[in-house]
Amino acid sequence: MAKATITNLRKKRLIFSYAMLTPGIIVLLVFTFYPIVYGLPLAFTNYSVIEDTKWVGMANFNRMYADPDFWLALQNSLLYVICVPVIQILAILMAVLVNNKLRGVHFFRVAYFIPVVTSMVAAAIAWKWVYEEKGVLNYILQALGVIKEPVSWMALPGIALFAAMGVTVWKGLGYYMMIYLAGLQSVPVELQEAARIDGASRWRVIWSITIPLLQPFILVCTIMSVMGAVRVFDEIFVMFGPKGDPAGATLVTGVYTYKLAFIDFNFGYAATVGLIVSLMIMIFTILSFRFNRRGGMSYYE
Amino acid sequence: MSKIGAFLLYTLMIIVALICLGPFLWLLSTSLKTGENLYAFPPQFIPNPITFENYVKVFDIMPLWNYMWNTVVMTASGVGLNIIFCLITAYPLARLSFPGRNFIFFAIISTMILPNAAGMIVNFITINKLGLYNSMMGVVIPSAISVFNVFLLRQAFITIPREMEDSARVDGAGEFRIFCSIMVPMIKPTISTVLIFDFMAFWNSFLWPIIVLDDPKKYPLAPALSYLQGSLSFNFAYIAVGTIISIIPIIVIFLILQKQFINGMVGAVKG
Repeated sequence: MAKATITNLRKKRLIFSYAMLTPGIIVLLVFTFYPIVYGLPLAFTNYSVIEDTKWVGMANFNRMYADPDFWLALQNSLLYVICVPVIQILAILMAVLVNNKLRGVHFFRVAYFIPVVTSMVAAAIAWKWVYEEKGVLNYILQALGVIKEPVSWMALPGIALFAAMGVTVWKGLGYYMMIYLAGLQSVPVELQEAARIDGASRWRVIWSITIPLLQPFILVCTIMSVMGAVRVFDEIFVMFGPKGDPAGATLVTGVYTYKLAFIDFNFGYAATVGLIVSLMIMIFTILSFRFNRRGGMSYYE
Repeated sequence: MSKIGAFLLYTLMIIVALICLGPFLWLLSTSLKTGENLYAFPPQFIPNPITFENYVKVFDIMPLWNYMWNTVVMTASGVGLNIIFCLITAYPLARLSFPGRNFIFFAIISTMILPNAAGMIVNFITINKLGLYNSMMGVVIPSAISVFNVFLLRQAFITIPREMEDSARVDGAGEFRIFCSIMVPMIKPTISTVLIFDFMAFWNSFLWPIIVLDDPKKYPLAPALSYLQGSLSFNFAYIAVGTIISIIPIIVIFLILQKQFINGMVGAVKG
């Protein structure tokens, strides 16, 4: 009798487990597993809205090799990685700046974090307005004597991509600052105090003690922001549209893939471009974790 | 610290704050300007006169209520579905034993590493085949469950001591009862972290809604604003008003829950 109840209970629990799992697993199968499995073969087909879908072998890869827009987009995406060191250095400096016990410092930390929680669309619209030729940025720079004539930040092909990077950097700073701040606060202060007592200058302490101690954080943050930079989409799309104006100067792989897939409805070829970009990101990630294991994390072990 | 040092730090901190908040403050100032002052050069930092007219008129000029309602529907249904699906998936993986548990867990976790090159393209094709194109359901259903949240919630469920569950079982509570009234309340801190992530992700989402939604009338705020400012047919003051209105809810919630926001986002990395 007792045994029967236990088996019964176990059965009930088993049914309960599977019943709980089913809805989530179905959604995962359809929208997470299926794209991973189907995304690869898709890159070898001509799936689009006009033709019947056929296996085309390497045709998409050959097309990509001969596609100047692809190379332009790839080049711009790689160039976009320039914003990574800029974000990381500024974020570390900001973390050092707010790592004090002055009254009201908490207010500043929160203020620096506000761009992080707002949408990239709102940020891009705000910055587009700041970048106006007769806008506030030109006015401030002229008043400070940095530039003589107003610059058309958004219209000059040589500058437009950097204008977009400005938005990316600005929006990411608060986030990385908080990570570095957490890092600074977990690092023992004795070392820095000892160096100060020995007569090292404030900058020397930051450069020779604080930054080396932050190295594990720098590695993680760098990996995250490289991935973010290569995948950049929202700010470019809102500020420069799906063609990467002016004259393709801001065409990055994210925007190009979007255009191929959702404006030209050329799914097969878009998947090929996406595949190459994510392979590059994967190789970069594996390499940096390798490097990470050898160097960075050993500090605290 | 010396007085000069403190003064220097405050000055630097204020300059950085002005850079971080400047673009939004400038947008706010623009939204309070009358038409002729919009492009004034040198620019007016504090509008003169200050007018709230744009905030009233904008509702006649663009269907802002519509966009706000779409955003609320998308965020509420997205957050609601996500938290429920993630909770019911994480719970058995953490607390119950059944054949295939480890296999299912590792299969789910592996998707965090596997490259998902054409994810949006394949999901778009799927949404089309399911007949969900141009519907809010199509926007939220692919995010009804997220692997990272399942992982976070599972880790939280695991830490609950066994005794809690056993004593409830002795009292004769059913499995679902135990889950709802004992286990879920125990992991409230993790749930609030997940809620914050979800709220931010849905409220700010941009790319997927413009892919799935064909009709701009169905757009939530972020896609709508991007679409409207691109069409160039509106006075920028109205775009500024719309943008300010779109960021106020998230900033207010952030200011109320700042600790949870920052700890959640930073903690997820340090993990």
